[in-house]
This record gives sequence, C-alpha cells and structure tokens, in this order.
Amino acid sequence: MAVGFAQWGNDLYTGRRSYDIVGRKRLWFTISFTLVAICAILLVKPGLNPGIEFRGGSEFVISGVPTNDQKLAADTVASFAPEEIPRVSTVGTSSLRIQTATLSNTEVEKAAAALAVAYDVPVTQVTSNFVGPSWGQDVSSKAIRGLIVFLVLVTLVLTIYFRNWRMAVAALLALFHDLIITVGIYAAVGWEVTPATVIGFLTILGYSIYDTVVVFDKVRENTTGVLDQSRFTYAEKANLAVNQTLVRSINTSVVALLPVSGILFIGAFVLGAGTLRDIALALFVGMAIGAFSSIFLATPFEVLLREREPKLHEHTAKVLANRAKDGSGEQVGAAAVGRATAQLRPGSHQGNAAQPRRRK
Amino acid sequence: MAQPTRRERPVRTLVTLGVLIVALFGALISGSHWSTATLTPKLALDLEGGTQIILTPVAENQAAITDATITQAIDVIRQRVDSSGVAEAEITSQGGRNIVVALPGTPSEETLNLVRTSAQMEFRPVLGISAPTPTDTSTATATPTDAATPAADAAATPTPSATATAAPSDTPTKAAPDNPSDTAYYITPKVEADFLALDCTNKANQTGGKLSAADKALVACDPTGSAKYLLGPVEIQGKEISSASSGLGVGANGTSTGKWVVNIQFTGTGGSEFRVTTTRLQGLTSPQNQFAMVLDGLVISAPSLAPGVIITDGKAEISGSFTRLTAATLANQLNFGALPLTFTVQSEQTISASLGSEQLEKGIIAGLIGLLLVVVYSLLQYRTLGLVTVASLVIAGLITYGVITVLSWTQGYRLSLPGVTGLIVAIGITADSFIVYFERVRDELREGRTLPAAIEKGWERARRTILASDAVNFLAAVVLYFLAVGGVRGFAFTLGLTTIIDLVVVFCFTHPMLAVLAKTEFFGHGHPASGLDPRRLGAPQTPRYAGRGRIVTGQPAVAPDRLAVPGEKVPAVATVGSPSGHQTIAERRAAARAAAASSAPPAEGTEPLPPDTTSTAAEAEPTSGRTEGNEL
Repeated sequence: MAVGFAQWGNDLYTGRRSYDIVGRKRLWFTISFTLVAICAILLVKPGLNPGIEFRGGSEFVISGVPTNDQKLAADTVASFAPEEIPRVSTVGTSSLRIQTATLSNTEVEKAAAALAVAYDVPVTQVTSNFVGPSWGQDVSSKAIRGLIVFLVLVTLVLTIYFRNWRMAVAALLALFHDLIITVGIYAAVGWEVTPATVIGFLTILGYSIYDTVVVFDKVRENTTGVLDQSRFTYAEKANLAVNQTLVRSINTSVVALLPVSGILFIGAFVLGAGTLRDIALALFVGMAIGAFSSIFLATPFEVLLREREPKLHEHTAKVLANRAKDGSGEQVGAAAVGRATAQLRPGSHQGNAAQPRRRK
Repeated sequence: MAQPTRRERPVRTLVTLGVLIVALFGALISGSHWSTATLTPKLALDLEGGTQIILTPVAENQAAITDATITQAIDVIRQRVDSSGVAEAEITSQGGRNIVVALPGTPSEETLNLVRTSAQMEFRPVLGISAPTPTDTSTATATPTDAATPAADAAATPTPSATATAAPSDTPTKAAPDNPSDTAYYITPKVEADFLALDCTNKANQTGGKLSAADKALVACDPTGSAKYLLGPVEIQGKEISSASSGLGVGANGTSTGKWVVNIQFTGTGGSEFRVTTTRLQGLTSPQNQFAMVLDGLVISAPSLAPGVIITDGKAEISGSFTRLTAATLANQLNFGALPLTFTVQSEQTISASLGSEQLEKGIIAGLIGLLLVVVYSLLQYRTLGLVTVASLVIAGLITYGVITVLSWTQGYRLSLPGVTGLIVAIGITADSFIVYFERVRDELREGRTLPAAIEKGWERARRTILASDAVNFLAAVVLYFLAVGGVRGFAFTLGLTTIIDLVVVFCFTHPMLAVLAKTEFFGHGHPASGLDPRRLGAPQTPRYAGRGRIVTGQPAVAPDRLAVPGEKVPAVATVGSPSGHQTIAERRAAARAAAASSAPPAEGTEPLPPDTTSTAAEAEPTSGRTEGNEL
C-alpha cells in the first residue's frame, strides 16, 4: 500500500496526476454549503443537549456499584421526587451518574441515602455535586469572548504572514465551516455539551487554521512571481499546490486523528460520559472536517478572491488567450485547464530570464 | 536567497539537547532527594479526587467588584479554609471574576459552609481585653481586664470551679440586655469560659474564619495574636460603611499632623447608629469605651473613643501608631467589609479519587494506543525514517514529562484530565510537524536533489511552515488560557507547552538527526527501506537544468553495473558553487569509479560531499553562472 501511495504522491507532486480541485469549486462549495445547512438545521431541530453545567442542577455519582442498572437509579429518584426525570449515565467502569434538577440540601441528603441503600453501597461512596445554572453560561460567554479575540488575532497574524488579507479571510471561512459542522454533528449525536466539549470546539479553531496555513504556505510558494510568467494561471498554480500537499494533508490528518480516535474509542465505549469522550468527539469531527475544508474549501475560495484582483484577472485572461492563440501550445500548456500545471520538465526553454545572472 | 555561509553542526545541537534533558531530569531527581520535588507530576482534583467549588462574588448594592476586592475575598476564604485545617487547599481567582476553591479529599460540611458564606464585617463593642494566652480559671479574677472580669464575675455562677468542669451554661441571666455593652447579659458562663480558654498565640486562632451570631457575644483574637477580645453583639454592619480611606491626619488648625490615619465615612443609617454607639461608649470606662472592627471573626482594629467625642456626622477618624502601609491595609479591609459581598456557588463538584484515577489510567491507555498507531503509520509511510519520528516523539514526551513535573514542583502546577487530553492530542500535532518536514524533504528529492541537499532545502522551507502553524496553535492556546474558565485552562496550558516543546524537538532533534543520518550509507544512498529512496520518490532519471545554474541528475545508479553513477550525481549537484569543484569532470569520474571499484563505499559518494552536506549556502546559491556538470 505504501508503495502505491508513494507513487501516487510522486505523481501528484510532479503533476503527472492531478486533481482539478480548484477548478471544481462549485462542487465543493455546494457540498460544504449543504453540510453547513444540514448542521444548521440539526442545531435548531434536536439542538444541542446542554449538560448539567449549562442547565444547573444536582448530580450524584455512585462509585463502585455492583450493577450498572440505570433503571434502579431512576426508580429511586422517582420514589421521593415523582415529577423528576433524572438523567442516568455510566461513568467509568463501575460508577453511575445521576443528574436531577436542583434539589435542596435536605433533599440531596435524602437522595444520597436512598441511592446508597438502593445500590447497597456505603453512603460515603455517593458524592453529590451542585452546579449553578450560570456556571455554564459563564463558560460559554468566556468561550465566545475567546473566540472573538482569537479570530481578530489570527486574522492579523495571517495577514502579516501571508501579506494578503484574502488568505486570512479564506482561512476564517474554513474555520467557521469547520466549527458549524462540528457543533452540528454534536447536536446530531446528542451527547451532552459540557465545558469539556466547549474545549474541544475551541481547539478546532487552532487546528483548522493550522491545517489551512500549511496548505496556503505551499500555495504562496507556488504562486510567487505568478505574474512574471504567462504559462500558468494563478488558479492552476494554486491547484498544483493543493495537489502537492495532498499527501501531506492525508498523512497529518491520519496522524492527528489516530490519538484522538484512541481517546474517543476508550471514552465512548469504556469510560462513558466524561471529559475524555466529550473532548474527543469534538476534536475528531473537527479535525476530519478541518482537513477537508483546508483542501477543498479554503484554497478554492482563496483563488476565487484572488482572481478578482484586477492584476490577476488580467493575467489569467492573458494566459488563456495565449493558449487559445497558440493552438498547439507549449508542451504542457495545451493540456486542459487545471491539469496544465505540471512541474516543468527538463528540455524546455524557460526564456532568458530564467538564466542565471552573473554575480559580482 | 543569499544566506550566510553558516556551518551547521548537527552533532553539537544534538549533544546540547541531550545535556539539557539530562539537566532537566538531574534537577528533578536531586530535587526529589533534597527538596520537595516528586518524580511524578501532581494531579489536579479531577484526577486525585476532592471537592472543587467555584464561587462568584456578588456585591449586593451594585458596587463594582475590582481585582482588589477579589484578592481580599480570596484572602478571607484562605483564612477560613486554613482555620478549618484543610491542608493543600488551592484558592485562585479565575478570569478576574470567579474564585476557585479546590479542596483535596472530602471536606466536611462545615468547611464547605465556611467557604460559601460571605465575609462579615461588623462593629462590636469591646467588653473585655486580655493577654493572648489562655487564663487559668482560678486566676480568672486576676485578669488585667478590670472592666470585664468583675462584670463577668458578677454574672458567673458563684463557684468558679464549676465553670471549668461542668458544661457552662449559655443562658443569659437577664431577660433582655440594657444595651449592647451590657456585660451582665452578654457574658454568660460559657462565653467567659471560652474567653479564658482562648489561646491567641496559637496560629490556628489567628486566622479567623469562625462564623458568629450577630446577637451574641464573641471572643476573638487579633490577627497578630497580641491580644484577645471579648466583644458584644453587632452594632453596625460593615455595609453601613460607605467608604474608608487612609491619609495623613489633619490637625485642628488645618495643617498636616504627619501621622497616618484612617478615615471612615458611614452611610446615613450607619452614621446614626454610630452616633448612638459613641454616645453610649462615652460614658464607659476602658476597655469598654472601645469598639472593635471585626472582619470575619478577627479583630482588625479596636480603637477607643477619645474622651468627650460623640460622632454625629458619620465621619470617624482612627489615629494611632499607623504606618502608611498599615493604614492603607486597614482602609482596604474596611472597604472590603463595606462591600456586602456574597458568594454565589457556580458549581460544586466532588470527584472521587477512584473515578479520577480510572479516568487517568484509561486516558493514558488511550494515549498509548494513539501513540502506537502513530508509530505504525509513520513506519508504514516513512519506513526507517519513521523511526526518527518515533525517536522525536519519545524525546518530546521526555521533555514534556520533565517540564510538567518541574512545573508542578516549582510552580504548583497540577495536571488535570483536560490537561492529559491536551497531551494526547499533542501527539498528533507534534507528529504533524515531522510530516510537514519529511514531505518537504521528499519533495526536494523528487526535484532531483541529493539527500543532504534535500534535507537542508526541505528544512529551509518546512521551517517556515512549521513556525507559522505552530504560532497559530500557540496563539490559540494563549487565548484559551487567558480567556477561559475551568478545565479549559489546563487543556490550553498543555497545548501551549507542547507546541513550544514541538518546536524545540523539531529544531534541536529532528532536523539535526536527519542531517547526521544523511551521512550514513543507509540513508545517504537512499536504501529502499530508508523511506528516502529517490527512485521510489520518482526523482528524474536524466540530468536536467534546475535553474540558478544548477544541473541535477539526482539519481543514484539504476543498474548495479553502473555503480559509478551515484558518485556522479553528487558532483553533478556539487559542481556549481561547490568549493571542492577544482577537479575536472573527467578527474572526478575517474576518482569516483576508482573508489567504487575499490569497494570503499564511504569514500565514493560522500567524499566530495562534506562541504555541501553541512552548508545550505553551497546548494542554494551558485557562486557563478557556470553550467558545467552537464556531463551525461
């Protein structure tokens, strides 16, 4: 497999094999838009399932339970608070978590005692927590403030680094895309949103931008001096960059996803509800989507923006006109638009400008 | 790209890194021997078990809560927690608004109540003052507090010895007090016994934190433990102070007295209450003409009223042996007390130690599985080169472990579950930078560069990408750390830390390591299993013009019988700009063939190389426009 993969990588690098990613932007934009739309609906219809940190309430954790019978817990709670529908979930291998609405101190004591009796554990093994409803709001308002500060800073950093605000804008678009889809999928799965989930969402910010930066770095490298030649359009150069980074994108995504899926697996199937699981799902979805968006969304969108620049617009028109005029065209130039960006192969003359300068 | 001809010294960099790691662990081990360091990082509450309470101070009268208020509130809570005897409690402010109290183990309900309740500032009349040490009941009558003790005696049961043995009665002897200074009513036998037994030289009693009933007498120490007080009921609440300030006192003629004083301004209600109090206290003898300001069960000041002064306008001035600092402190405390601060419990979480350790254990297993998968994948993708990834990850892991342990030793850092998650996620992100680098090296090989050149050129380009993307990651971590609450901080911290460590490892280990490996036969000649085999990477087979006066063939021999070709490819690149380009092409070919024939492989390919392998400049920058080397 690796041999084939390496060969594929070579072909992508040299341009022998090339996917017209930038050219088919309509397709990717449609896919992304559909995904975002679905996720937006998911966010409204089932909506996010707020955890106790956001709802407020009381929580009991019974550790070292002999059975994981969740019904028993529900019945016990119902016995003293009939209108209460508790949320029961497994935490770890031998612990149960029961969440209820806010109970008074005496009720909490009664409930803890009742649960201890029901599960036949000493009452010391039943811990009770209380979470105020504003705690989660505090977390989310801080998170939103963090998000805004991060976006402003990252726009500045990217604009300075790439010396072009369009790349920053495209990266941000990809970022929002990733965020909305991740949150949407979280809503679809229906796991509780806890502060740990919020952490996961926030981490996607960094990761999504990170991924986009790596692709854009190659785009920038390939398109340096694009105006000084009339062989390829900006879009073609950018497309080559995406193709050349495809192997890297796949490799980094796989490598980043492997540990996260490790946590996700252990978290979801072994530990049950908890910090590990909550962070891992958000990260897993975010990273996968982030890899997609940095290749299929960010770059085409960046090209779209760049091509509106008069200089580049003219350049593209000139290149295409040249090609049409030439007919036979140059060696590679005649190939279909978007596939024409092969690495220059030996044998072609690149003009006097390509000759080395005599240095003093 | 003109670059200074800088000699890279990969081995030196590697050795330096090694020394640093050894130093890190050396410090840790010696620290654990002679200091308080432990060889494992300390764990946060969610892993160790314990109770975490997050409180938000709320001012009742819409007053602004400043940083100073939060600091004061933290001091008060710390006092209370310390007084309850809970060791290793962590009380921190978070995000400038919340106070996080982390108590290890399962604290008692009283401790929790202490933490939850608001700070109490109150004015109480002094009924008695005595030396800080406990007094024997037998000598009780001889206590110097002449005003208090006779009164106490009068109220006490006839036999003083009985008060010491039997539980003293807490019932007042009178039906109702005449006024708050009514010693006969307030000093019950129990209060007296408490007062006598109180030892204010004991540090535990100097922390306050005891809650007291407003309508009962109170025995209290001052924070320095220099005296103990027997106080009447609360006369004025702290919230009746409208402001307090410190400054230099002003004499009667309007000139500065040069002494530091504290000025208190009461509210309307407070002013009239204070007038009543001062009027009454005027008629009493020392120490009963004193009133005490009690903050959270500690007497922070107990000034006596100057003779003949009845304060009617709600403005009081406390003078005494203040320094600028003590006056400011008292004013601060009064101001804090003036804020009727209550704490809303945002969340209260109890984590059992067993649950925490299970999560940690499973988390580590998840991390190991992830690591293993990453290792397998990089070995598949990069063959032997994958081992460099593995080694880099191991080095990164070592440094991270060391730094976190040192931080938990010196800075009191504690590893939380989100922190562990951050570390696991960091495996992928750290491995990312190696992949960016390796892919760049491969790209350069595909361009037809020799391995040493590809490693340098690829590094030059990958370095920029790695720096940019790590900067973004770090930015995210910093923003998260400073703007987030709760467990987010632990996660952001490890993420930021590993980002930095990632840079250190890539710069000081991965890149130098590759540079060293490039000199070996195995990698340098692109062994098929090395992961850097130019043939598999589709490097061009024919010499070609690569711009900037370079001609590259970049391809070792395909056929074994043309063993000389690997020798050729090297000069082909090296010719231009190579300091060693004194030989003619024919000479070099001959030398290479001879070397190959004499089956001395190291001599053949590597001999003309050293200047190039170590110098990017030689590769990147032709010194002349010669296009020689077009030898095939």
